[in-house]
Amino acid sequence: MSEAWIVVAIVGVATIASKAAGPVLVGRRELPPRLQACVELLAPVMLTALVVTQTFGGDEEIEVDVRVVGVGAALVAIALRAPVIVAMAVAALVTALLRLAV
Amino acid sequence: MTEVATRPRIRDGMRAALPLAPSPILFGLSYGVLADATGFGSAAAIVMSATTFAGAAQFAVASVFDAGGTATAAILAAVFLNARYVAISMTVASIFPGGRARRLVESQAIVDESWALSGRRGRFEWPILVGSGLVFYVLWVGCTAVGTVIGGVLDDPNALGLDAAFAALFLALAVPYLRNRRGLQAAALAAVITLALIPFAPAGVPIVAASAACLLGLRR
Repeated sequence: MSEAWIVVAIVGVATIASKAAGPVLVGRRELPPRLQACVELLAPVMLTALVVTQTFGGDEEIEVDVRVVGVGAALVAIALRAPVIVAMAVAALVTALLRLAV
Repeated sequence: MTEVATRPRIRDGMRAALPLAPSPILFGLSYGVLADATGFGSAAAIVMSATTFAGAAQFAVASVFDAGGTATAAILAAVFLNARYVAISMTVASIFPGGRARRLVESQAIVDESWALSGRRGRFEWPILVGSGLVFYVLWVGCTAVGTVIGGVLDDPNALGLDAAFAALFLALAVPYLRNRRGLQAAALAAVITLALIPFAPAGVPIVAASAACLLGLRR
């Protein structure tokens, strides 16, 4: 078996297990209230971490580049109650145009 | 009000996925191209898209191989990146119907985008998650396969601003949670943890570490 196939097998099994962890192990059992409060905070926490890495993440360094302007423009669109897809298009367009210009 | 009260169907989830379809298409194509170019192998790339089904981790593996890194480094990078799915799957643990085997299969529809879409009405909805996940899965695997064939047509989807578009997606989906003080505080702490770790930790680790911010929920 080549190295690539070993990676495919191990990463595949690990990922399948990660995605199944909640639905299979926890399921519909009621969690204790304080734990439930933590789980409810996971959504804003993970989304924020994704926004930050997607906006500032570089190769193990913080990179401030045209993405910030694109995401800022999207934030304005969101504040103006634009639909999600419009906010995404604004971010992509602004970022792509600035990349062409810079 | 009747429309809000209607329970969504799988079909509604598939429809909800359509505006985001360019992302699995473009990234699937570019992943196929990249995996093929780095000597990872077309068959391995397609099987990985079908089993791992998580773009960021797969790109991480391809880039480690491209940089001449070891299989161990590639595995660690991918497993760290996907460890966030443990936390993400916990948020939707209760919405999956049926027995364990069925939940195991359907939980594989969880990707960042399907999960985010499924929570867009302020609570997580199973039909949206599974319906949109299914669309993303078919596009992701199919476009990976096409990408391994067409070669270097699309070498950088980020030139189209897709990285910023992703950030905008996650931002738009985070905003409804930030209207209450607890959500806002937890999000702020998560942002600080993520920013603090980006310069020191391999990709994926800052996101996993930021999940600790949810412990603010322990306060009464």
